[in-house]
Amino acid sequence: MDWDKLVQLLVNGVTLGSVYALVALGFSMVYGILKLLNLAHGDVLMVGAFIGWGVLGWLGGAQDPSVAVWLLIVLMVLAAMVGCGFLGVVIERFAYRPLRRAPRIAPLISALGVSFFIQNSVLLLFGADFRSYDSFDLVDVEVGISWGPLNVWILRVVVFASASAMMIALWLLVTRTKLGKAMRATSFDREAAAMMGIDVDRVIVKTFFIGSALAGAAGVLVGLVFGSINHFMGFNYGLKGFTAAVVGGIGSIPGAMFGGLFIGLAEAFSVGYIDDLTRGRLGSAFSDLIVFLILVAFMLVRPQGIFGKPEVKKV
Amino acid sequence: MSEQTPEQPRIGRDEWVASADERRAKSIVGQAQNALDRTPAALKLVALALPFAVFPLVVESEYLLQVGIDTLIYVLLALGLNVAVGWVGLLDLGFVAFFGLGAYLYAAAASEYAGRQWDATLAIPAIAVTVAAIGFLVGLPSRRLVGDYLAIVTLFFLQIWLVVLINASFTRGPNGISDIYPLEFFGRRVTSQQGYFYVALVAFIVVISVLYLMNRSRTGRAWRALREDELAAELMTMPVNRLKLMAFAVGAGVAGVAGVLFAPQQGAVFPANFDIVLLITIYAMVVLGGPGSLVGVTVGAVLINVSLEVLRDPDDASSLFYAVVFLAVVLLLRRPWWSSLAVLGGTVVFGLVVHEIAEQARPSLVQGTPFGEARIDEVVDSWVLLPADIVSPDGLPTGWLGRVAYIGLVAAILGLTLVRSRLWRSVALVPTLYLVACVWENLLLPQPAVARFVLIGAMLVALMAVRPQGLFGAQRVEAV
Repeated sequence: MDWDKLVQLLVNGVTLGSVYALVALGFSMVYGILKLLNLAHGDVLMVGAFIGWGVLGWLGGAQDPSVAVWLLIVLMVLAAMVGCGFLGVVIERFAYRPLRRAPRIAPLISALGVSFFIQNSVLLLFGADFRSYDSFDLVDVEVGISWGPLNVWILRVVVFASASAMMIALWLLVTRTKLGKAMRATSFDREAAAMMGIDVDRVIVKTFFIGSALAGAAGVLVGLVFGSINHFMGFNYGLKGFTAAVVGGIGSIPGAMFGGLFIGLAEAFSVGYIDDLTRGRLGSAFSDLIVFLILVAFMLVRPQGIFGKPEVKKV
Repeated sequence: MSEQTPEQPRIGRDEWVASADERRAKSIVGQAQNALDRTPAALKLVALALPFAVFPLVVESEYLLQVGIDTLIYVLLALGLNVAVGWVGLLDLGFVAFFGLGAYLYAAAASEYAGRQWDATLAIPAIAVTVAAIGFLVGLPSRRLVGDYLAIVTLFFLQIWLVVLINASFTRGPNGISDIYPLEFFGRRVTSQQGYFYVALVAFIVVISVLYLMNRSRTGRAWRALREDELAAELMTMPVNRLKLMAFAVGAGVAGVAGVLFAPQQGAVFPANFDIVLLITIYAMVVLGGPGSLVGVTVGAVLINVSLEVLRDPDDASSLFYAVVFLAVVLLLRRPWWSSLAVLGGTVVFGLVVHEIAEQARPSLVQGTPFGEARIDEVVDSWVLLPADIVSPDGLPTGWLGRVAYIGLVAAILGLTLVRSRLWRSVALVPTLYLVACVWENLLLPQPAVARFVLIGAMLVALMAVRPQGLFGAQRVEAV
């Protein structure tokens, strides 16, 4: 048994998983409140990654940043969160709100259009090249935590820590504040919530802002740890984020966190071991197949996910 | 007493439907729609197929014939997608994977690589059934669930399909399979473009007839009932899950047939033929034409494929683009009659003023030459802002003006939808139209491939908000 590899894969999996969890949270919140699959969510993440890249370039680039590195990272994440938050609000206002009373499939097709539009707008404005964050220049790869066989680059720690902090903050927001209560009520029964004096439209707008801001933060974190970004990256993160949300249980916050980590670890380990296990017949690119099989297995055995409650149809 | 008849309850006639029918009978569009509804199906089929049938007789060029064959394949794909999306209301995001499956299965049945040649009379039904069966299996995991789960599973299935195609050795990865034999009917090979065109046309007639009969059958009625209200359909003892899976499989089978025609006609298949871009294009065709309407879906596919072809050539693209913008303005501002003239005139004046100011203040802003060589581009050259060097040698836009104008344009269009007052909307339309021209000349025209996709994405969103029933579809409401 190669312990170093195992530990390294574990670290990879947790990093990847925290990103997936952030995506899954935003996706899950929107689904919980609108029962709408926000197919454009992955592209919001991509826009966040580009905003972070823009801020990085504006503040001098990775080689020669004009502010302290920690401040730079905070600024990048904040700018992406605010930018994506507003992007999410705009998407909701113009692509989804006019379709509140339309047949179920209409907002889904609209979401498909939004996703395609955002992707190709970025392609139009910035071209198809991969853009690099040059994170190794920003933070040396030697800087990190080492403990026994564990060697973790500090940026990975930052990703995990900030993702966890955001999830805890969100958890507190949803369970402890008035807005959270309104969100839960709206998600439970929109009409009844409206009758109780909750401004449902405002709650939905705020939900979109928060969910998209999380995706924007996730985009910057992806850029920091995995280095390069391009206009099509949102597809992969969106897809894995959706899968994580389904596995964890759509609409459940701990479910999204757990599902994200689960999918991240599953992907990292299948990337690491699929080659050995199949004696070289399937390369690491087939890790997606493993994640897909997990999704299918959950669909068959436990469609409500790990933390979800089975949906009861109301007539 | 005759006066009492209106008081009687109109059994079986929904109030909303009745009022919608009344409104429809008043408008010109509605009357045309009613006339279309009354036309017998056989006549419609002839009307749809006849232009196609004479097309190869009047067209000489190989290129146009190729466009014709592509169009027919797109029509088949749109018809197949319509089964799941239009009739049953399921979001099938893995649809192009079934198209790819059909194409690759044909490559496995008849190519030098596979070392055998199946007769098309055997290959087409066998592959259609196989692909339909695979579609059935893909839909199976989400059988108990709402359409949203199906969307995720099918989207992921498409991703897996692409991963396998690109990475597996037996599909030859990104190089694709390039020595596919032509179709063979009873030992006779189809060799000419005309031949393929007519094979595709026959496939179209067969598929649309089968789908029409299916839609009129018990199953078709059950599908529509299920789309309107799943729970009610289930209470009427309809086997909801089986019906959904069936629709899904039928759509996949049609895509498989399209794939079987595509592979030998191209002579080669590549993973890049079956990506998400194709998926969205087919969605745009179905949505534009009108989900649920066979005529609509066919017309939508033809319209979109032909306009995409026109957009390939920068000169034609410009003429088409400005014509569509002009028409849109005239149609949007019908009342009072002079308002569209005022807006268009205002735009011209506005542009001339902006151009003059820019020329005085910063001459570099207007020194560029238009990318296209059409007459219209030369005319607008003295009107829009065109900085020098809008395009770098490798074809990427370099100018900041185009980018700023693009973001401004998106904001302006979104803002316009919020303006309620007709007067202010017309006033705000003037600078917006000018921005449209600037963005077109600076950003979209130099990158036609991307511009098509941006326009398709925007069209999907706009259609859903303005006319979700498309050109020919029937208007629907969500039953509460």
